Amino acid sequence: MGTSEEILSLSARALAAAVHAGGVSAVEATRAYLEQITATEPILRAYRCTLPDRALAQAAAVDAARQAGEALGPLAGVPIGLKDIFVTEGVETTCGSAILSGWTPPYQGTQARRCAEAGAVLLGKLAMDEFGMGSSNENTPFEAVRNPWAPAYVPGGSSGGTAAAVAARSCALGLGSDTGGSIRQPASLCNLVGLKPTYGRVSRHGMIAFASSLDQAGPLTREVGDAALALSVLAGHDPHDATSLTAPVPDYLAAVELGARVGLGGLRVGVDRHAMQLEGLDPQVRARFEDGLAILVGAGATLAEVELPHFDHAVATYYVLCTAEASSNLARYDGIRYGLRRERASLRETYEATRHDGFGAEVKRRILLGTFVLRADSYADYYGRAMKVRTLIARDYAAAFERCDVLASPTSPVPGWRLGAKLDDPLAMYLSDVFTIGANLAGLPAMSIPAGFSDASGEHPALPIGLQLIGPRLGEATLLRVAAAHEAATAWHRERPLLAGGAR
Amino acid sequence: MSDYEVVIGLEVHCQLATATKMFTPCAYAYTLGVEPNTQIDAYTLGLPGTLPVANREAVNHAVRLALAVHCEVQPVSRWARKHYFYPDLPKGYQITQADQPYAQAGYVEIADPAAEPESLATKRIPLQRIHMEEDAGKNTHVGGGDSLVDFNRAGAPLVEIVSLPALRSAAEAADYVRELRTIVRYLGISEANMEEGTLRCDANVSLRRPGQAELGTRCEIKNLNSFKFLEAAINAEIRRQTDLLERGEAVVQSTMSYDPSADQTRVMRTKEAAADYRYFPEPDMPPLLLDEAWIAATAAELPELAWDRRRRLVGLGLSAYDAGVLTAERELSEYFDAVLALADADQAKPACNWITGELLKLLNQSGRSIAACPVAPASLAELLALVDGDTISGRAAKEVLDKAFHEGLSPAAIVERDGYRQVSDHAAIAAMVREVVANNPKQLEQLRAGKDKVRGFFVGQVMRASNGQANPQIVNAVLDQLLAEPEPEPEPKD
Repeated sequence: MGTSEEILSLSARALAAAVHAGGVSAVEATRAYLEQITATEPILRAYRCTLPDRALAQAAAVDAARQAGEALGPLAGVPIGLKDIFVTEGVETTCGSAILSGWTPPYQGTQARRCAEAGAVLLGKLAMDEFGMGSSNENTPFEAVRNPWAPAYVPGGSSGGTAAAVAARSCALGLGSDTGGSIRQPASLCNLVGLKPTYGRVSRHGMIAFASSLDQAGPLTREVGDAALALSVLAGHDPHDATSLTAPVPDYLAAVELGARVGLGGLRVGVDRHAMQLEGLDPQVRARFEDGLAILVGAGATLAEVELPHFDHAVATYYVLCTAEASSNLARYDGIRYGLRRERASLRETYEATRHDGFGAEVKRRILLGTFVLRADSYADYYGRAMKVRTLIARDYAAAFERCDVLASPTSPVPGWRLGAKLDDPLAMYLSDVFTIGANLAGLPAMSIPAGFSDASGEHPALPIGLQLIGPRLGEATLLRVAAAHEAATAWHRERPLLAGGAR
Repeated sequence: MSDYEVVIGLEVHCQLATATKMFTPCAYAYTLGVEPNTQIDAYTLGLPGTLPVANREAVNHAVRLALAVHCEVQPVSRWARKHYFYPDLPKGYQITQADQPYAQAGYVEIADPAAEPESLATKRIPLQRIHMEEDAGKNTHVGGGDSLVDFNRAGAPLVEIVSLPALRSAAEAADYVRELRTIVRYLGISEANMEEGTLRCDANVSLRRPGQAELGTRCEIKNLNSFKFLEAAINAEIRRQTDLLERGEAVVQSTMSYDPSADQTRVMRTKEAAADYRYFPEPDMPPLLLDEAWIAATAAELPELAWDRRRRLVGLGLSAYDAGVLTAERELSEYFDAVLALADADQAKPACNWITGELLKLLNQSGRSIAACPVAPASLAELLALVDGDTISGRAAKEVLDKAFHEGLSPAAIVERDGYRQVSDHAAIAAMVREVVANNPKQLEQLRAGKDKVRGFFVGQVMRASNGQANPQIVNAVLDQLLAEPEPEPEPKD
């Protein structure tokens, strides 16, 4: 038996262990999180929908199974939230868009299914930038999500609802998706661990597509061990996704133990100093990054200088490719079979009115860009060229990993910003992806880990800052080991926002 | 009327007969009158979050076709998206193959129109490529501005076979499609039925002056759904373009439709209005990799195809015509082979005659296909042996086959049961012949007078008298003998 306060203070891993051992019931845990949702949602707006009855029923089933002596899954009784990009059978799934409002999927996505089979309790669906397009959670027809560390600030995006909820302890762990940084950047802005696995490591079946060749699902958690636990549930081949990998899934929790107990002896951490010359890199982000490197060295790692010669072209390459794929993936929202329909006199007018009213400005901007990029007369200059640069970028990483085991960089060039501050400047918003999109273009695993806070000054509150680690293909275990060593030497992950009973 | 050379290239869509659709394990089978939207799943409807996974059976079918028409099967090919908005296209794009199809080059053999009819000479129609793709659903305009969409067909597996512009007449074009249909049916990979839409055809038609190297401006006629319309539409388009050129006007590159009631082609849209499909590589699926060893093994397992069979049958002494009839369907050709395997080596021609004559007649009368033929090849071989060994007469054999067909008994059993065994006893037959001749003096007189037709009358009478059992050769021999004997003296008159 634990009090709500005690339950919320447990990591997801510790909570799962307590449910297995009988120290905490799944229903108690679920009630504690439902209460926390009630307490925080009036400020946060992290949830698109909550499912209290369903969650309690799921939790009761876990408790009954335990009492009956049945084997429990690795996430048994752990209350989780899913970004609303994940298809959930029987639960409205909007992908943050008016064009899908009211759509209740008739099938279960692989991610939701794996979580349910692992015994996780689904608390609800979490808010996001529309179709995953955004870095602040403000691209939404619904309410903007607040950063639990400073409610006037953005939580990052596009998995901002997930980040806010995990940071505010209104779920024990959450699932996000990452096309250009959408797990790592909000993790960075909310003092969380955010892991984007290798492309294909986690199935995309049931994750609504933004840019199919870049999208990847992954966990946002408060601790490294929770990310390892969640990844071990999510990873593995799925026959419903032709791009999912068949490679065996290693023991991620063992990698965490190794990093936390043994440290990083013999491990080389690569840094591209050229990238650190970036104009617009906040000095405090730079300072926390250098602190982070020192911690890794303190844990036994050595530093290696590497070069990523095509780093400067990553943002342009990314926005050509992701908009091209988005324009294609979003063609299906035509008002004919599901979602919003604006019935008009002709088919063409119905299409136009439906898509005009159903999509927000940023989504329309990207559809237009992508449609232009794929035109027969611009394809070679844009899409074709971007694909070539993508190959060069992937080669840069491959070459870098001959000299190091992981790459380190800031996650976001800046800490969180005030809601509305960049709304009229999409280019500034795009540039906030500069450190994260390389891993998507190259299909590599990457994670953001808590690396401290900015200094409060004047009207600016102290805001979380993340450190990014990028690994070679299928190098998740290495990333987790490094992250665990960093976590063992720091206390940032123990900080709590005021909303969650903390001091900040 | 000036002379123009007709240049035709065809794009043939063929729906593959697989248990499930091209990119989803959703069951699909073309059935007339099936309830709309009952063969669908989340992927078919383009629901968010669904992903395509290529159907192994469909790929196998497609590769077998490519090998059968001598294509170069590509070890690496790519899927692509082709975009357009229409309610029958659930995702807003069709998954197809664009710049990297799985099969390139190759050819289809058709009968050489310039050759003698009995020559078996063929002309090779070269192919540009074959690619795989998924079908669209079906829109039905029901009036009042309303349309209904049926997604049953959406996602069904297709191959598109693109010929080079090497066909020179509408008749050749139709012949080419017939040969393609025969090939896919031999392979068992498609129903290939034009009326049901499992075989569909678009024709690109242009004209040029003989000897001119470059091609004329082409027009594409869409949705030709019968052999009759295919030929008629191409001929109509040739007339239209000829008229334009004769008047000194230019042919404008256009997409055409054919109006059968007016027997005319009409412009649907011109090139300026053509859609930009915004092709790009399908990011949801990796490239399609085909193992070279597997391709070779698949090639080795292909059945013998129609032209090879025709050449083999002609080698056995059959006419080109008979070889054509026997190979029109694989089942019929295999039936013939099975009969021949059990019969004597010299029985090819009689086997062909019995199969294409009496047996097909019986099958037609009973509305059965050769696959459902109640006379097993072994039974037909038995019948051939009974005739060849003079155990029964040809006339008796017809009756025996009829009974075998309807009663399911073996020919030998019927011969024994119903007493069809041929009588070859010379003396017994001679007695019968003499009796018949004696009873029919008038006809005898006619025969002697050289009316040879009457001979059939006598043979028939003897066969009737013998219940069909007399050996007709012996009957004829006895008859000859009688005629050779001196005519009996007429009785003296008073």
